[in-house]
Amino acid sequence: MKYSGIKVLWEGLRGNMGWKPLWRNPDPKTSYDIIIVGGGGHGLATAYYLAEKFKITNIAVVEKGWLGSGNIGRNTTIIRSNYLLPQNQPFYEFSLKLWENLEQELNYNSMVSQRGVLNIFHSDSQRDAFVRRGNAMLMSGADASLLGVNDLKKMVPFLDFQNSRFPIKGGLWQPRGGTVRHDAVAWGYAKEADSRGVDIIENCEVTNFLVKNGRCYGVETTKGVIKSKKVGVCVAGSSSQVMGKIGINLPIESHVLQAFVSEGLKPVIPGVITFGAGHFYVSQSNKGGLVFGGDIDGYNSYAQRGNLPVIEDVCEGGVALMPMIGRARMLRIWGGIMDMSMDGSPIIDKTNIKNLYFNGGWCYGGFKATPASGFCYAHLLATGTSHHDAKDFLFNRFEKGRLIDEKGQGNQPNLH
Amino acid sequence: MLIDHPLLGLRDSTEFIYMGDAKLLNRPNWKSKNSKTKFIDYGYLRKNPAGVHKELWYHEQGDRSWLVVTRNTVTHEILKVELARYLKSEANAK
Repeated sequence: MKYSGIKVLWEGLRGNMGWKPLWRNPDPKTSYDIIIVGGGGHGLATAYYLAEKFKITNIAVVEKGWLGSGNIGRNTTIIRSNYLLPQNQPFYEFSLKLWENLEQELNYNSMVSQRGVLNIFHSDSQRDAFVRRGNAMLMSGADASLLGVNDLKKMVPFLDFQNSRFPIKGGLWQPRGGTVRHDAVAWGYAKEADSRGVDIIENCEVTNFLVKNGRCYGVETTKGVIKSKKVGVCVAGSSSQVMGKIGINLPIESHVLQAFVSEGLKPVIPGVITFGAGHFYVSQSNKGGLVFGGDIDGYNSYAQRGNLPVIEDVCEGGVALMPMIGRARMLRIWGGIMDMSMDGSPIIDKTNIKNLYFNGGWCYGGFKATPASGFCYAHLLATGTSHHDAKDFLFNRFEKGRLIDEKGQGNQPNLH
Repeated sequence: MLIDHPLLGLRDSTEFIYMGDAKLLNRPNWKSKNSKTKFIDYGYLRKNPAGVHKELWYHEQGDRSWLVVTRNTVTHEILKVELARYLKSEANAK
């Protein structure tokens, strides 16, 4: 289905009776060229780029629940490319470039809003670190500028500039960062993948992998056996569970990350703002709710709900940065399960089993990576080689000592 | 979460530092065969179960003891709490 202004007008005149579902609801065929396990943002993006860029359309996306029922439906919707390390930053900048053209490409309104991302710093040493980060961003072709206190007072006058414990010294500003309507990303990719012939099979859980002589040739599902030349696992959050079915242990722990929404308010927060002295970040949704979050809870969890200490910590951080939100009432809290990898960076790689591929370990930063993750995973599935911008996201970096440790915390997932 | 410390009774989980899978107690012997593979496994690979999980909690703001907590990662229910120093290390024997 193609959306356009004329279509909206036409449907408006005819009682909106002509809209159709965005994707079919097919039964699985007996075999495919590629099966993608996981119908979330990354899996659907992978299917779309395989069909669009690599012209492989005999693909099934199998999803345990309903489409987009995982972390694509429960994140805080921020896009940005403000990483430091040369293994990460070009990848996220590639992703941001794909975001910028996403709506036109998918003919779907995913409300990509480049309202800017502002990282506040509070000390001289933090400024030095942010200057370095800004330079790394510029070198990758991204945008970044350093703002002083006077710039911030004009831009975000509601911050607590008088805070004596954590004085605000300035901020690193990326104007091209912003927010996206997260569900619409999954729906848009699903629509365009489906229209190119990709079968999206919902409520179909993979129960095992078919492996013979070290080669994977399909999956067993709750809807029967489906054979395939290649299988791509893309189930961040449940990666260990799915790969555990064939005895593969991953360098990943699952942790719960909570997110919060306040009651709807008039526009107060321009863009995304992060607190440099605690862990708190906030943006304002188009409906007016403040969408904010902070640290993961810090212990292994598959519960999709967290505990109160982190809620208290996040709210304290928020009120320390911008006291005005102390009077806003919290409306909703929810938790999502994160693939916390050992160095805080993702994995897009082959596995020891031939024709079985893996994409996961996105920690709490998978949403912004959705387009590039899909593109690079499609590149790997189609060509058998890593995409240039994802060439370091490999399993063997742990044994080789080439960790991509953006925060410099070592192999402890709950510190990343 | 409240952790039932064997010596101190119920303590709030915020007094503790979390260190992950209790397999870290069983450090491989560096002289053993395949010690490189074993150390990669020890340092980086985790079973990460959805269900019962044995894990290390350090009582930093208490008596500074290491606890092995058996906890369900799906429900957050704590099933058993033991002092790590009383548990026998198993891996090094080989």
